[in-house]
Formats: sequence, C-alpha cells, structure tokens
Amino acid sequence: MTLDETDREILNRMQDDLPLVSHPYAVIAEELGIPENELLDRLNRMKDKRIITRFGPFFDAAAMGGAFCLCAMAIPPEDFETVLTKVNEHPEVAHNYQRTHRLNMWFVLATETPEGIKATADAIEWEMGIEVLCFPKLQEFFIGFRVAA
Amino acid sequence: MIDAKDREIIEALQGGLPLVSSPYAKVAADLGLDEDDLLFRLADMKSRGVIRRIAAAPNHYKLGMTSNGMTVWDVEDRYVAALGAHIGALPFVTHCYERPRALPDWPYNLFAMVHGKDRDEVEEKRAQITAILGGACRAKDILYSTRILKKTGLRLKKKG
Repeated sequence: MTLDETDREILNRMQDDLPLVSHPYAVIAEELGIPENELLDRLNRMKDKRIITRFGPFFDAAAMGGAFCLCAMAIPPEDFETVLTKVNEHPEVAHNYQRTHRLNMWFVLATETPEGIKATADAIEWEMGIEVLCFPKLQEFFIGFRVAA
Repeated sequence: MIDAKDREIIEALQGGLPLVSSPYAKVAADLGLDEDDLLFRLADMKSRGVIRRIAAAPNHYKLGMTSNGMTVWDVEDRYVAALGAHIGALPFVTHCYERPRALPDWPYNLFAMVHGKDRDEVEEKRAQITAILGGACRAKDILYSTRILKKTGLRLKKKG
C-alpha cells in the first residue's frame, strides 16, 4: 500500500502521546483537520497492512517492578530456524532480530521481576546449548524512537 | 508497582488500544469497570512511569526505512556519559544506551540505533558518529538487521 500525505501526517502524529480522554481519536482528528471516522478508517487500514505494528500504551516493565534486557546469541547458520522457533516460544522474548554478525540473533527479554531475566536467559541457554550474552542497559541516552513517515 | 486491577488493565491493553471512537469505554466494559475509573488508573500509571506513552509503533521497513544498523562503539568509560548524551541527541539515532562489555568477544559499551533508506544512508550517519567520538573511540562495528523475527512488546503471563 502507498501512503498519501494524510497517512503520513497521521503516522507522525500517532507516534507522539495520545491524550487520555474518552474520545482520543476525535481530538487527534480535529488537530489534523479530518473527520474522526476517516482517521479511524486510515488507522485500521495501516494496522491491517502492518504499517503500524502496534497501537496502544507502551508499558515500562522496570516501573512495574520487572526488567528489560538485550541479549545475543551466536547461532550456527544451519541451526538458525530451529533455534529461532524455540527462542520465540518464550513469552518473555518481546523483540527478536537477525543481525549481520557472529552474534546473529539479538532479542529483548521483558520479565515481571529482575530475577526473571537471568532465569529466562539461563533457560534458553540450557535448552539450546548456546551461550546467551546479556547486555542490560547501564544508562539510557534517548528514548524518542520516532521515525519521520 | 502495580496492583491486581492495574494488572487486569495491562493484560487487556497489551495487545493494543481498540481503534474505535470510545476505546476506553469498550475496554472498561470488557473489564467490568467504569470508564472514568479506567481513565483515572491509566493516568495514575502514566504518572508513575508504568505507561510511557500511548502511541503507534510504526514498521520501519514498510516506511521505506529498510536499513537498520545497530552501531556499537568501544568508548573510554570516563567519556561515555558525555559522549552518549551527545550521540543520543542526534536526530537520526532512535535508541542510545551504555551497556556492559562482554570481553573478550564483545568490547563495545555504547549502542546507537540508526535507521536509513539504504545502507549508504546509514553509513553516512555512522560516519558522523565516528567523527563525534574521535579519539575516545577505540573500536567500532555495525550490525545490520536482516529480519524481524518477533515483535510483540511486553506480555504479562496470566496469573492464577
């Protein structure tokens, strides 16, 4: 699907925080100068087409008493698909990317307790027989994560 | 920290907010709550940082940002705070963290995610970071993502 100017404006706006009110889409529609039902139609279409992967609250596991951690594994290429299936079966694996490096699988664990990170990493390591390196954040320098559409 | 009711709300919303005119009324009805009570609890969770924001997560690939490079740097520890703040403020860097090294295999302690239309654009941005880090950077690498293997966000386990 190709995005028109209105879709792009919507995508840019929707990456910023939505007001916590009863009719949030009506507020955004008014800001953008389009009817609310058009905004909802376009959002539904972009979600169906996977241009928007998710829309809703972003939760911070750490603020709930849990934790996030970036982890990496060096998987032999011939075993990659098998290991992938098993790693992804763990619900604690929130994101997972294949990358160009000997450490070729990079995933984020999100757990409800800080101890859950090590427990899950250990479980994956034991299950796969491949070392799981953990790279917890020590300092965060920016959390914007906004991309111009 | 979250109580049992917050937890039910998080479970109901972790898949996303409904794209309907009154999304909170719909979620509240499903949970057997008043809409006002739900909005109050969400505002409270936001003030405590449990909810960072309510927004869309775009698919970079489908937006034409098909090149995604995780740039990694071995920066002298005493400079990493100042230089990290500088790199994190660059408009094309979407995430920037200091993380522990995993020696001897992994000497890098600064991670900065860079997106671009192609690898040339990512390399051009990476060169800007190289210039900023200067002599404080002892080694560097870039890991391009070749495939999204999973992207679900946080999932709470059902309790009970």
